[in-house]
Amino acid sequence: MQFGVFTVGDVTVDPTNGREPTEHERIKAMVAIALKAEEVGLDVFATGEHHNPPFVPSSPTTLLGYIAARTERLLLSTSTTLITTNDPVKIAEDYAMLQHLAGGRIDLMMGRGNTGPVYPWFGQDIRNGIPLAIENYDLLRRLWREDVVDWKGRFRTPLQSFTSTPRPLDGVPPFVWHGSIRSPEIAEQAAYYGDGFFHNHIFWPKEHTQRMVGLYRQRFEHYGHGSADQAIVGLGGQVFMRKNSQDAVREFRPYFDNAPVYGHGPSLEEFTRETPLTVGSPQQVIDRTLTFRDYVGDYQRQLFLIDHAGLPLKTVLEQLDILGEEVVPVLRKEFDSLRPAHVPEAPTHASLVAAAGGAKDATIHAVDDVTGKAPEAAAR
Amino acid sequence: MTSRTLAVVSAGLSQPSSTRLLADQLAAATRDELAGRGEAVDTRLVDLREHAHDVVNHLLTGFPSESLRAVLDTVTGADGLIAVTPIFNASYNGLFKSFFDLVEADALTDRPVLIAATGGTARHSLALEHAVRPLFTYLHAVVLPTSVFAAPEDWASGTADGALRARIERAGAELAEQMHRRPLSTGPADPFALTTDFADLLGRREP
Repeated sequence: MQFGVFTVGDVTVDPTNGREPTEHERIKAMVAIALKAEEVGLDVFATGEHHNPPFVPSSPTTLLGYIAARTERLLLSTSTTLITTNDPVKIAEDYAMLQHLAGGRIDLMMGRGNTGPVYPWFGQDIRNGIPLAIENYDLLRRLWREDVVDWKGRFRTPLQSFTSTPRPLDGVPPFVWHGSIRSPEIAEQAAYYGDGFFHNHIFWPKEHTQRMVGLYRQRFEHYGHGSADQAIVGLGGQVFMRKNSQDAVREFRPYFDNAPVYGHGPSLEEFTRETPLTVGSPQQVIDRTLTFRDYVGDYQRQLFLIDHAGLPLKTVLEQLDILGEEVVPVLRKEFDSLRPAHVPEAPTHASLVAAAGGAKDATIHAVDDVTGKAPEAAAR
Repeated sequence: MTSRTLAVVSAGLSQPSSTRLLADQLAAATRDELAGRGEAVDTRLVDLREHAHDVVNHLLTGFPSESLRAVLDTVTGADGLIAVTPIFNASYNGLFKSFFDLVEADALTDRPVLIAATGGTARHSLALEHAVRPLFTYLHAVVLPTSVFAAPEDWASGTADGALRARIERAGAELAEQMHRRPLSTGPADPFALTTDFADLLGRREP
């Protein structure tokens, strides 16, 4: 099982002292969090993608490429990549490039984004969110799997004899997850392709997660990718920990009370009861996290949100220490011992290469750049 | 004997509340009328005051508490709805609007709705027509022609059996008629139900 952290990349005032980090500080903090995640033995770092303040990560592959160069083992992912407003051609190119530079240590999570104005800024309409996600992703898959693509759709200009470069590393496209809080169409999409399904599992009641994962598993089996319990499931989670749970509650409360998403609404206690948020001792986090399996089944990836709402970097790094030293080793052991043998791990580049029968260089060489004899001729 | 569910939403803020009193009388009139047509009624009364914090929390977090979820399911799953608000500053009060802002846009489609209001003066009575009726029309509900407004003087003993009483009975009869002619409600819609499959989503049928 994979454990890691996912970040939204928000620039938020620290409510305990009124200090607001600069974008530069926040970007550097995100890098520091990723490096620390590897140092303490976590498996995954995932960044959000946003195109409006107060968020900084508009360019995820730049961030992840930099982190890739400074890490050895950490798997780099997104939470999420906007499949609606990004050009799928650019996603294919950017993430194939990242995949090469990171030596295959990447995957992606597709999401639609929820900020209305972002769609028109990129020439789209939020009311087409689902159709955009469906069409764009179908094209993205083809761009990674077919050397030469002829394509025509509803939202993007057509493609004639197009080759997305670089071709995926070793001829194997990155693994893809699809994230959605409550759109059954996206669970259906993930199931149809046999891709992973990720539920953010923060800020919302667990019933959403349970229903969406249940649907995904059922449809995964329906489309013949394996039995329902072999589907690839990832969950988010939100934690804040101190040795003594009272200290955790006391320290986290001002951040909770003023948080951008849920602040000034329910109490910390209500929100802890109604959503997967856990504020307390490492043991409480272990106990609560183990219950996730009770309602989604054996799953493959657990990401924690630990760095939002203005929490200072120093505190976040302390949270990573606690996760790495006290929480994740126990969770890893417990979950592994509970998982039946026929339930797979999350796919990695290595496992996908093995499943494809070994690495194949997928480079498309232009035959003759003087006569202009083009890649499609070479591909035939 | 078939049984209908009737949701009654009162946004009165004081206790006791004249809004709640009006709601109760409308519910009773509807129940009596349906009984005359051989249908029992399961009346579910919702005093929004008891859910005020949960309503605000839902507006802020995007999801309802467990008890508010149950209330929303009651309202969207009933065969008929009576919605009663006090008129504040020439319109429904904020609690009433906040609550109905949490109802999904298609959850009341074709649902018979009786609208009613209380106010400090009869001069507010048209707020029902210019504020409350358009709200439910937007939600594609079937808003009954008779709306009921009760001003303080309507509760005076001399007229308690007069104009207001007659209006309550007429409105109750209209609601009962609309509920009676429809098939039984199948309950609130399941937001997680998959209503399509991938071939449809992709816009192409597999060969």
